[in-house]
Amino acid sequence: MTTGMTMSGWGLILIFTALVALLAKPVGRWLFALYEGRATPLHRVLGPLERGFYRASGIDPNREQGWLAYGLHMLTFQVVLTLFTYAILRLQGVLPMNPRGLAGIGADGAMNTAIAFVTNTNWQWYAGESVLSNFSQMVGLTIHNFLSAATGIAIAFALFRGFARHEAKTVGNFWADCTRVTLYLLLPLCVIYALFLVACGVPQTFTSLVEAHALEGARQAIVLGPVASQEAIKMLGTNGGGFYNANSAHPFENPSALTNFVQMLSIFAIGSGLTWCFGRAVGNTRQGWAILCAMLILFVAGAGIAYWQEADGATLAMAGGHMEGKEVRFGIAASALFSAVTTAASCGAVNAMHDSFTAIGGLIPIFNMQLGEIVIGGVGSGIYGFLLFALLAVFVAGLMVGRTPEYVGKKIEAREVKLAVLAIAVLPLSILGFTALAAVLPAGLAGPLNKGPHGFSEILYAFSSATANNGSAFAGLSAGTPFYNGLLGVAMWVGRFFVIIPVLAIAGSLAAKRHTPATAGSFPTTGALWVGLLIGVILILGGLTFLPSLALGPIADQVSVLAHTAF
Amino acid sequence: MLKTFASALRPALVMTAGFALLLGGAYPLAITAAAQALFPHQANGSLIERNGRVIGSELLAQSFAAPGYFHPRPSAANYDASASAGSNLGPASAVLAQRIAKDTSALRAQGYHNVPPAMVTTSASGLDPHISPEAALLQAPRVAQARQMPVERVEALVRAAIEAPLAGVLGENRVNVLRLNLALDAAPRPARQQGA
Repeated sequence: MTTGMTMSGWGLILIFTALVALLAKPVGRWLFALYEGRATPLHRVLGPLERGFYRASGIDPNREQGWLAYGLHMLTFQVVLTLFTYAILRLQGVLPMNPRGLAGIGADGAMNTAIAFVTNTNWQWYAGESVLSNFSQMVGLTIHNFLSAATGIAIAFALFRGFARHEAKTVGNFWADCTRVTLYLLLPLCVIYALFLVACGVPQTFTSLVEAHALEGARQAIVLGPVASQEAIKMLGTNGGGFYNANSAHPFENPSALTNFVQMLSIFAIGSGLTWCFGRAVGNTRQGWAILCAMLILFVAGAGIAYWQEADGATLAMAGGHMEGKEVRFGIAASALFSAVTTAASCGAVNAMHDSFTAIGGLIPIFNMQLGEIVIGGVGSGIYGFLLFALLAVFVAGLMVGRTPEYVGKKIEAREVKLAVLAIAVLPLSILGFTALAAVLPAGLAGPLNKGPHGFSEILYAFSSATANNGSAFAGLSAGTPFYNGLLGVAMWVGRFFVIIPVLAIAGSLAAKRHTPATAGSFPTTGALWVGLLIGVILILGGLTFLPSLALGPIADQVSVLAHTAF
Repeated sequence: MLKTFASALRPALVMTAGFALLLGGAYPLAITAAAQALFPHQANGSLIERNGRVIGSELLAQSFAAPGYFHPRPSAANYDASASAGSNLGPASAVLAQRIAKDTSALRAQGYHNVPPAMVTTSASGLDPHISPEAALLQAPRVAQARQMPVERVEALVRAAIEAPLAGVLGENRVNVLRLNLALDAAPRPARQQGA
């Protein structure tokens, strides 16, 4: 086992980043076809299915909706989906495919899980293999991995249309966007991806338990199930909810360094493509490249710090090469890189236990989430979250040069900036508010496994993860209590929909505006200056808001390690 | 607004039902059928049978404590393949520091002249099937002595079991403990040497 940073470790990070950039255009072109509602080669095969969905639902896919109707239809769908999964989890005991006789889930746990999967968070207070039947995993959960991803992309499409259209009243049809993304993008990719995973060793069976007679005589109960089909969409849709408790660290979910690399790429694939799709939608692909460039700079900085700390940083127990909570087949570089990828996106799958990372190695995932997961980000949510920051950045630039800010041909006025601030303010309000509450109430203080500042970090991580719809955890926290299930459930719902509604309102407001052609006086939003401004605004806003909370958690943790103070 | 909600209710219900059938039913069923036809070994958990009995999965660690077998990394899940888990102990944890110090001295007492970090740290899943080649070679003398095999023979088995990183970048040099132990069991035992 190599300890310390290596050339191949840095090579891995750089090759990975280059491949993410290379994926932007091909994936983006496909997304753009779906954005425009154009036919793809797959329409010949799946077209009848799509039309069947519309006919049965009584929808005319060509009848567009204003932002409010788009939002209300989306919200109604989410409520129905939440109740659907809530019912399945509650009734697990009497539903089929449950040979292990697992009981139904309690009310607070079932509601928390239903919300977690509908909001693309996939926070898991439970251990999948011990608590859920194959029916619950397949029908109750897998469906959301597709639909929450499709919903995120639909919202991004609506916002793109807001920028692209002039004096328009509508931003698209929610049902058409959601159905097309599911049928023509997510489902076909998952079929290929799932079979690739099976070939590499991920189980796919309806047998749920095999008893092995281990070589030294003990019995080993091996839980199996339809893992690959869930794993594929778990990564592509940046959902992150594992079949097993150990998630992508479990050898059945992520058997080799190759599957690990492909899993990381698949977390970023669609998010990267959406930046290109945005540029194309507003008529200048350089706008998309500028965004991707800012994202990748922030990403490499985070991944690099995480790798440096995991390879060379000290913990109380060891001077470096800390392997607690990591798997040998991945090693330190791929574990640190995965942690940065999964929290830069809103995935939340883990291939190592972040709770056991070095103090600063564990700070990076928390900070990535607190920025709102806009570094590539969740599918759809990453780009619409990033565009909120872009609006603030042009606003700041406008203040500096004394002109009404413009962005991709639209004047950005008080209404849009207010709505953007409203959406961005959800993050600190929910993360810091709920963390503060949990850090003083006895029910909250009962949660952490670790003592001292790291216990606080576990709480801070949980509410950052829930609000930003990530789903990963400092998993020492015992979150399966009514207190945490309730509070985290609220944080996930607020973090998802209290951002989406203002985003849709911005889309509606922008769509109604006239096109403002760029002039010599316009602030250019494609060059290095713009990329620098974006990064600056993101870091200053995120940094100033969350630095105090990080000082109480991971930074205090680092200080205790340096002072050899154990907790 | 109420009218909009009402008009959204039918598509919401129909889409939920339709997608539940397609994504929760047809999709995993189709993948399972294809996987069972194309890759039955992997699809069923990469199980290993010996003498007609399943003895484990090549992807999962199992407990080995006898001196005649190679030992895997310690497990926070006690090698329970129905309850994967890591320790989740943090960087300043006194519990973790004490555990590592204790396990390190135990391994030294077993004859390890140097203790690789991975052998005193629990993995993320508790089921990590691999150890590093160094960690395996350090155990070779103990295994050889218990089995009364020449140590060179055991070391040769370890070297044959090393899996290299893919394309030089992906992954680490590693040894699958269960497969190595099976190779060990299958190796012909030399006639007992005098004084061994």
